[in-house]
Amino acid sequence: MKRGFRRLTTLLSLGVMTLLLSGCSNDIIVLNPKGEIAKHQMDLIYITTGLCLLIILPVLILTFFIVWRYRNRPDSKAKYKPEWEHNTKLEVVWWTIPVIIIILIGIVTVQYTYKLEPSKPLEHEADPIVIQVTSLDWKWLFQYPDQDIATVNYVQFPEDVPIRFELTSDAPMNSFWIPQLGGQIYTMSGMAMTLHLIADEPGEYLGSGANFSGKDFAKMQFVANATSQEEFDQWVEQIKATSPELTDEGYQALAEPGVSEKVTYSGLPENLFERTVAKYGSKHNHGSVEHDEQTHDEQERG
Amino acid sequence: MWDNIKEFASEFFVTGDPLIYGADVAIGLSIVAIVFVMTYFKKWTWLWREWLTTVDHKRIGIMYVIASLLMLFRGGVDALLMRTQLAMPELEFLSPEHYNGIFTTHGVIMILFMAMPLMFGLFNLVVPLQIGARDVAFPFLNSLSFWLFFWGAMLFNVSFVIGGSPDTGWLAYPPLSGIQFSPGVGQDFYIWGIQISGIGSLMTGINFIVTILKMRAPGMKLMKMPMFSWSVLSSSLTIILAFPILTITLALLFIDRYLGAHFFTLDGGGNPMMYINLIWMWGHPEVYIVILPAFGIFSEIVATFSKKRLFGYKSMVFALMAISVTSFFTWAHHFFTMGSGANVNVFFAISTMIIAIPTGVKVFNWLFTMFRGKITIKTPMLWTIGFIPCFVVGGMTGVMLSVAPADFQFHNSYFLIAHFHQVLIGGVAFGYFAALSYWWPKVFGFKLNERLGKWAFWMWGIGFYVCFMPQYVLGLMGMTRRVNTYSWDSGWWELNLVSTIGGFLMGIGFLFQVWQILHSIKHMERDTTGDPWDGRTLEWTIPSPAPAYNFAVIPHVNERDSFWEEKQRRERGLVPDPQPELEPIHMPKNSGIPFIKSFCWFVVGFGFVFDWLWMSIPGVIGIIACMLAHSFNYKTDYYIPVEEIKRTEAAARGSI
Repeated sequence: MKRGFRRLTTLLSLGVMTLLLSGCSNDIIVLNPKGEIAKHQMDLIYITTGLCLLIILPVLILTFFIVWRYRNRPDSKAKYKPEWEHNTKLEVVWWTIPVIIIILIGIVTVQYTYKLEPSKPLEHEADPIVIQVTSLDWKWLFQYPDQDIATVNYVQFPEDVPIRFELTSDAPMNSFWIPQLGGQIYTMSGMAMTLHLIADEPGEYLGSGANFSGKDFAKMQFVANATSQEEFDQWVEQIKATSPELTDEGYQALAEPGVSEKVTYSGLPENLFERTVAKYGSKHNHGSVEHDEQTHDEQERG
Repeated sequence: MWDNIKEFASEFFVTGDPLIYGADVAIGLSIVAIVFVMTYFKKWTWLWREWLTTVDHKRIGIMYVIASLLMLFRGGVDALLMRTQLAMPELEFLSPEHYNGIFTTHGVIMILFMAMPLMFGLFNLVVPLQIGARDVAFPFLNSLSFWLFFWGAMLFNVSFVIGGSPDTGWLAYPPLSGIQFSPGVGQDFYIWGIQISGIGSLMTGINFIVTILKMRAPGMKLMKMPMFSWSVLSSSLTIILAFPILTITLALLFIDRYLGAHFFTLDGGGNPMMYINLIWMWGHPEVYIVILPAFGIFSEIVATFSKKRLFGYKSMVFALMAISVTSFFTWAHHFFTMGSGANVNVFFAISTMIIAIPTGVKVFNWLFTMFRGKITIKTPMLWTIGFIPCFVVGGMTGVMLSVAPADFQFHNSYFLIAHFHQVLIGGVAFGYFAALSYWWPKVFGFKLNERLGKWAFWMWGIGFYVCFMPQYVLGLMGMTRRVNTYSWDSGWWELNLVSTIGGFLMGIGFLFQVWQILHSIKHMERDTTGDPWDGRTLEWTIPSPAPAYNFAVIPHVNERDSFWEEKQRRERGLVPDPQPELEPIHMPKNSGIPFIKSFCWFVVGFGFVFDWLWMSIPGVIGIIACMLAHSFNYKTDYYIPVEEIKRTEAAARGSI
């Protein structure tokens, strides 16, 4: 039963894949994943599309057939039964079919929801690299607490190493999205969210802010660059050697509304990310209770 | 002095954009033209007596329809401006601020000032006739609802030439919409415009629940009621549960902005997340509020034009009710990606998918209504047939979006944009257009031109697919919503250009509709029968256009599709029961209070937008004065004498 189901979904997904990818290049980046999470999400998209098509294709065909067959013409040979308004068997059938399809989609959804929960660490032999992300008006700040560097509108990390993104906002909320590595997560002030991603191969991937946050929101795109571990280490060394330090004053200036080019910094103000999160906390706020625990956890970990 | 005035004017009026100056000129010229025409033909008293003070549900319905078509024009122009800006990469047709204002007003206008009033217009035009009633339950309240909507919409609309449009998205998430990040007046226009018209919507919901429950013709049990009235009932129930949430949410946002409270601010213990939960607790049911009546419309049209009883009536009723209840348990699917955890996401994913079941069942029932029928494809039926594939595909992408972990990739992308336009245009707009052409002869006494109607349909239909199918792909290519521009190397431009072309095709479709209406007014194809489509329900038993009192004698109903069955009996040679004697008809009197009171609300709102208490306080006094005046008014009704009914009926039937 389960094997049959799998075969069916594989077949269907193959069909959809050829449909969607025929004539298209690698531009459809959600369907051209480069990381484990995004791959699972693509599978899920194909499976659910397949299951949905299972019901809508017959409906579409039936629609065209019925409209064609029963259109009113003088020489029509089709039956006409104006009083026919109920048939329990038929109605049971079409209450049951959607119920079954939705149960199937529901089962798949539940499994994947737990499997792909963004705060769940990835199983991998390498230790994750921590990158702290802050959405600002209208730019992205990436801090590397372990490497003691920071970047703006550019993020680099080693391939095949899990990344633990910790995210917050020091401006209206936004959403952090690198489609080829995995789905997005909101960045909100007063909270530290976590998103675990991994890149399976080196490459430059599109990253963007997905939730509208004001005037120059469209300029909040960045490059996510996955490189080999050596290249990454070299890159860190180079920044440490050549870039200025990010100071508290420098951060204040950066946080002012405005767009920014790609910038790199060596050295971080102490606990800048934690302080940004805590800035919006208050004892009366439910959101901050969670965040207090989170920052506490983080301090223990650090 | 002169410098002061100049400084004030430069802040009060929106300046610095040639498009806005163009709009200023157009608005000025239109006002002058209207005033001139009205004065020249001495039509001001006519306007006041016959329209502004009317409590007749049919006239209120007509005014709703006119207002919503104007809003469709405005929202459509917004859409085309956006699509023009996005047609090619790196265009500078609109500035980012202007673009942000336009997508915000496009969303608000299309949902709240186009779809909602068009829906209320149809409620008003059809429901009392369909259930055999002489009016709605509360005619005065009905007029007040309309004028609150009207002045709320006007308040919202002036923002683009006075003060500046809101620019934080149609649901205005704080903290962006808070005073810290949106210090201008645009956001206050948003709050007051929606608030004033929202109160009107809530009252309409109450009015139609009472009308349907209490005013049905004798013998019309609930399970014998036409499907459109059922859909209005389910939609109205959803309105009265959802709209109070909106009222409170906007009130809290206003208190934050105006009195410096901290419900939703970043600092001082505010929690923007609370707003997002609240606004979607209203916002998600809202989309079902507008789609449910469309389901009712399609049910009526499918049965009429297939010359067959509606298949699975009980299923249909159950499905409507199931949808309106379930719609309240899905709001968190709008923020799956907000880290609420797997348990919460699973709950809302499943509850969202469940809605697909009754919706799917309805599609089967419509199909099997056509099955073994005789399908005549007139314009209303054409919209209905066009709707089915469009809605089925839109429903499928809706289920795909409800799969929480996959939504992490779809959310906020053009995939989502394509999905909701597919259900809102393919479902709601197509449905209401179908309804307009279907009930038009009943309302105005003449049919709309078929040929132009079919052109309009094909332009809309083709334009729709050309516009939105590329957007599904754009979403999967990583294009996010609300971006005002993109770069050449993103690879998005070809599909965006195609999408823009589709948008303009729909614009041409709209022009065909306008042409269709004007052409049909000029070359009237009079409906002398009162029953141009061989209808099945009570509204087709009376003359077109319906007389002020609707039914000279209140009909007695014994079965579903009572008019159809009656016609069948007559065909078999059975003589209908003799009609009882005519009696004088009790009618409500016109009143100017709803208009004046709603205008006072406009004044209050405008005063608060600019923080001018000298303007708001007199407005509040005006509202109270109107309430007092109305509560001491004991002359609210009159009787139409029997002779006059006889004359009217003879004139209407005489032309048969």
